[in-house]
Amino acid sequence: MLTRRTAMMGAALAALILATPTLAQELNLSRQKVELVAPPFVHPHEQATKQAAKIIEFRMEIEEKEIVIDEQGTKFQAMTFNGSMPGPLMVVHQGDYVELTLVNPETNTMPHNIDFHSATGALGGGALTLINPGEQVVLRWKADRTGTFVYHCAPEGSMIPWHVVSGMHGAVMVLPREGLKDGAGKALRYDRIYYIGEHDLYVPRDEHGKYKRYETPGEAYADTMELMRKLIPTHVVFNGKVGALTGKNAMTANVGETVLIVHSQANRDSRPHLIGGHGDHVWETGKFANRPEVDLETWFIRGGSAGAALYTFKQPGIYAYVNHNLIEAIELGAAAHFKVEGKWNDDLMKQVKPPEAIPPKVQGALQPKTQPN
Amino acid sequence: MLFAANFKIVLMAAGFAVPLAMTSAVPGGNRDIAAFKDQPALIELATGSVLYRVAGDFTRNGKPAQAPLATIRMTRPLAIMKHQVSSADYQRCVAENVCRTLPPDVAVAADRPAVMVSWRDADAYAAWLSRKTGEPYRLPTDEEWAYAAGSRYRDDSLPVDGNDPSKGWLARYARESSLKSEEIDSKPRPLGAFGANENGLLDVAGNVWEWTNTCFVRTALDESGNALNSTANCGVRVVEGQHRAYVTDFIRDARAGGCAAGIPPSNLGFRLVREPKLLMRWFGL
Repeated sequence: MLTRRTAMMGAALAALILATPTLAQELNLSRQKVELVAPPFVHPHEQATKQAAKIIEFRMEIEEKEIVIDEQGTKFQAMTFNGSMPGPLMVVHQGDYVELTLVNPETNTMPHNIDFHSATGALGGGALTLINPGEQVVLRWKADRTGTFVYHCAPEGSMIPWHVVSGMHGAVMVLPREGLKDGAGKALRYDRIYYIGEHDLYVPRDEHGKYKRYETPGEAYADTMELMRKLIPTHVVFNGKVGALTGKNAMTANVGETVLIVHSQANRDSRPHLIGGHGDHVWETGKFANRPEVDLETWFIRGGSAGAALYTFKQPGIYAYVNHNLIEAIELGAAAHFKVEGKWNDDLMKQVKPPEAIPPKVQGALQPKTQPN
Repeated sequence: MLFAANFKIVLMAAGFAVPLAMTSAVPGGNRDIAAFKDQPALIELATGSVLYRVAGDFTRNGKPAQAPLATIRMTRPLAIMKHQVSSADYQRCVAENVCRTLPPDVAVAADRPAVMVSWRDADAYAAWLSRKTGEPYRLPTDEEWAYAAGSRYRDDSLPVDGNDPSKGWLARYARESSLKSEEIDSKPRPLGAFGANENGLLDVAGNVWEWTNTCFVRTALDESGNALNSTANCGVRVVEGQHRAYVTDFIRDARAGGCAAGIPPSNLGFRLVREPKLLMRWFGL
């Protein structure tokens, strides 16, 4: 009631700022501190919970740093939540409160903030969290709806897209308290969860066509902005780097295990596809109150959203998880691998005959009669 | 390894690895051939033999099988470049409008390898260098490469489980992933950065893979290992380095990787072997 009336008032923003500290003292809920982990991994969490709603405390430090984004050693001035691209996945349950301490160390050069697509009001929290280097802020928001949602930095104006394509996005997953369900209301569980954040990157080139290196994000700004406005990325990467989730860092699973893959893209559309597998249950828009689609081959992640796909591996081997714009996957970098161990199932697939020379063609007219008359 | 003893190897189109019986062993082992104008530094390897895993795919009795091991005898000395062709050397061919231009991100310097070159580029360079020097240069065969690589040649074959193809894929992936250390990224290092092997060849199996002349061949073997038939695809050539790869001949950058479930070569470069001049005369060149 209070919220609705407040929202209808012209000075909604001011009222919220005033209201927040009052409510904070009124909240008589237990608190839980959660250490975030770098993607593709996700902090331990309950899938369904019998606990009462809580205040979940997270802390993230913003880190501006130079990173390498491909195997050719291309250097990139990145801005990150907690040092990773994407920022960590935060998992809570519907009805919980997320209380984030956002830290902008004085080693950084720019103001930053955070806009949670999962939060209500104040530009997703962006209007309440703008902090300069050397400052920190605490924001609390109520997880009033379930789903996977993007969060991103959104300082102002052109800073918004620039900070996002410099690495500043991550995701929140608000689970139903009773856990995930299929369209018929049957409980769905996962044995493993991986979080994949996709970034489109725009790295300017010099007059010889070589990627340019910049000393600070500020020096990269003008050239990068010019390139960004053409909308053609130089790199499209999962987890900050071409090949970040391949080789030694490939994701793993066993045959029979169910994996939940959360995929976010804060800026540009993507179309995940698991080569050799499927999406058993897919919340393409990421919102768990909607029935999941089943048996998908490829799903669509709208720029500015996060989706979730559940799959039970049935066959061992190496799977590629790609953005199925294959040019972006293979040429620009949007590809990851799953290593899946277990027993091969001949019923699902078998090489009946290995490759061999094509037998000589038998011409129709000369075909010997093999059928008895 | 078990196969080796009872395998009858038919060397198909192994080209110059076939004994020519025209030179005698060089006493005292390998020797450096001093570089002079227009001639690259070569190492002459004495005759000898190498235990070699035959390149290509094999079936045995109609089922996928591990490639056989073969002892390859080099019955004449092999003159092979001490280091990979440098980008500066390659650039001389470019300057004469014979070779294709290197991409802008390849550093052109006397001490940097030519990378981002396809088999066709390497072959064109060999032809150009032969004309320039009057000496016949060509890419090595895979057998010759293995011989010259010495202890840096790795038999990367894996047992084939006819009932579960995923075992081989996972094993290969694990091995190739483990090779990919932080030091061996795709940034080309100065020539010599990966050191010399026991034959004095520099940078063998560093982060630049080398083209060979060996085509991709698929061979059907019978129960006792005799080749029944084979199909060769010379649009795909064997590339050697930390692991063996089969790469389409016009590809200059095998790194894109991603989709195919393997770790691609970090860079594609090459070194050449020099044929004895006598051969040229035989061929009327």
